[in-house]
Amino acid sequence: MQSSKIWKTIRLCLAAGLMATTSVAAFAAEPLKVAFVYLGPVGDGGWTQQHDMARKKLEAALGSAIKTTYVENVPETADSERVFRQLAADGNKLIFATSFGYMESLQKVAKLFPDVKFEHVNGFKTAPNISVYEPRFEEGFYLIGVVAGQMTKSNTLGFIGSFPIPSVMRNVDSMTLGALSVNPKVKMKPIWVNTWYDPGKERQAADTLIAQGADAVAQNTDSPASIQAAQEKGTYAFSIDADMSSFGKKAQLTGSTEDWSGYYIAETKKVLDGSWTGNRHTRWGIKEGMVVMAPLNPDIPPAAVKIFEDKKAAIVAGTLNPFAGPIKDSTGKEMVAANAAMSDATFNSLNWYVEGVEGSVPK
Amino acid sequence: MLRLERRATPSSTMSIASPLLAAAGMLVTGFLLFSALGKDPLEAFYLFFIKPLSSTYGIGELLLKTTPLLLCGLGLALGFRANVWNIGAEGQLTMGAIAGGGVALWFGDSDSSFAMPLMLLAGILGGMAWAAIPAFLRTRFNTNEILVTLMLVYIAQLMLSWLVHGPWRDPQGQNYPQSQGFGDAETMSVLINGTRVTWGIVYAVGLALIAWVFSEKTFAGFRMQVAGLAPAAAAYAGFSEKRNIWIALMLCGATAGLAGICEVAGPIGRLQQEISPGYGFAAIIVAWIGRLHPIGVVFGALLMSLLYLGGEAAQMGMGLPSAITGLFQGLLLFYLLAADLFIYFRLKRVGVVESPEPKPAIRVEGAV
Repeated sequence: MQSSKIWKTIRLCLAAGLMATTSVAAFAAEPLKVAFVYLGPVGDGGWTQQHDMARKKLEAALGSAIKTTYVENVPETADSERVFRQLAADGNKLIFATSFGYMESLQKVAKLFPDVKFEHVNGFKTAPNISVYEPRFEEGFYLIGVVAGQMTKSNTLGFIGSFPIPSVMRNVDSMTLGALSVNPKVKMKPIWVNTWYDPGKERQAADTLIAQGADAVAQNTDSPASIQAAQEKGTYAFSIDADMSSFGKKAQLTGSTEDWSGYYIAETKKVLDGSWTGNRHTRWGIKEGMVVMAPLNPDIPPAAVKIFEDKKAAIVAGTLNPFAGPIKDSTGKEMVAANAAMSDATFNSLNWYVEGVEGSVPK
Repeated sequence: MLRLERRATPSSTMSIASPLLAAAGMLVTGFLLFSALGKDPLEAFYLFFIKPLSSTYGIGELLLKTTPLLLCGLGLALGFRANVWNIGAEGQLTMGAIAGGGVALWFGDSDSSFAMPLMLLAGILGGMAWAAIPAFLRTRFNTNEILVTLMLVYIAQLMLSWLVHGPWRDPQGQNYPQSQGFGDAETMSVLINGTRVTWGIVYAVGLALIAWVFSEKTFAGFRMQVAGLAPAAAAYAGFSEKRNIWIALMLCGATAGLAGICEVAGPIGRLQQEISPGYGFAAIIVAWIGRLHPIGVVFGALLMSLLYLGGEAAQMGMGLPSAITGLFQGLLLFYLLAADLFIYFRLKRVGVVESPEPKPAIRVEGAV
């Protein structure tokens, strides 16, 4: 009994000492520690690279007020929970989780560290200290469709999908709607490869689509393999996440890329001045600069460029919504009525193809 | 000119010392590498090997990551000793997770005390069933088990992907490819409070002891060793090759399947598309570092697990790239194989070759 009392006293002293040092540290205006967790390597040429570029811009913008750290190649397995926890324990006060599959581990860690702020890309579960951010990818893919619909000669488009989850289904659907808005004869062929990043599989999918007559193929996977395939076969392709035209100058018509820096700077400033809140769901598109179209290929005729620019301006002005009705699904059933917009519930759980897409959604 | 010549009697002391030599080689190379990068090597070593162990949570994480590596490594080591080249532990792990996870989903939120034992059993049987395919094909049609086990990895992963995209998808999950979370009775209890490590590590260490007794003290274990060391002698003694293949694959299927269910019923708590960062493959290195000995595998698994955690700590603390983890694992294996080569062979200086006929190829059987 006696020894346990002594032990308690020691622990109390230690705790008091610890509190004293931390409060002194707080007065010394330490830089805010901001951490980024990446699914892929920073040199993936796409998704992760764009996040890391934004991290560097954030450092350049806020200088000594912050200190950033990143951890790359963090799988969506039980490992992510440890990484988040370790980063929080190391004193990072704002953590950006840049892959959807971190959602459950983020929920667990956020409860353990209520004073740490978490930002999660593309998720749907928030918390008092978790906010979610998501680009309006559908705007970029609608415009890709507008270009593809005008440039295709075979009237067959292709789409290399990662996983048939709502945030990707929106892209195949909005691209098809964009193409149909300029060319009612187009058909869309999707292929699902069940991976975000696998150059071998992506290349195979691109070759298959081209062999089936698709001469303008977009992708929702992260490597430039399909651009290389199109360059060799003399067909068209579209980049995602980053400008990939260096992999196929003639093949890449445009692309839907992201610039995360505006959001990262804005959120970090909010944490610095104390106005950051959780439970928010932010969706930024072309207007806010989170979705950026890659430069147009000079081979696109001026008339087609004009239509593209007009539609882009209409999206920015808010007069064009890619998912405005009437929209039918691939079986011909009306899903969104004329003069209506797609409901948030449908948008968030989209799991059907619009009319014009061939095949059925893999279950 | 130099050539390799087989030693008459390989030193048994050296064969135990070679993992230590390999670890030393890894550290020296790491030291040079960090210095060349302009990073303080001592700080890097601290982050890599000490910091992950400096808290109870860290030790829990080490044991948590050791669990699947140890379970898979044990099964593989037993097979490798008998010359059965199963490299598909990852697939057997996945199938164990599917089978055990299926039972968990069937129980739903029930708090039945049968749930956990049945899940573990289903996990073990799932892994065994998956390993039975290459065992059958090898014993019946003499199919190469290296190819079959490897290809079955991808089939198992696609099956899991199909299940979480389709029939087992969480109806409340907004279509995302994952199952419902398991109930409390379907989740393994935590061994040390404040950590995530589960009873899985206790099973794994217990199995390592059983495997040790099995391979050293039982006749079946002896038969498998003979089959590995001297297949002709085993055949002459009338030991059935088929039985050895079946035992080797069934044991590995069982341990890998258990690893799978421990992972999904433990830290993950549901079925999802990705459940393992390649434990089944990393366990091949674990088995070799552990000298294919059950107790050695325990240490091999701890070391590999530490390398994963250390790589993360080095990224967070010093901004080193994540490739550093793979680099250290590769260095370790490289030095281990190099040390082994010199245990079995020596370099001999020979004069200019006079005879025009080519020299017979050196057989390196048993060198690794």
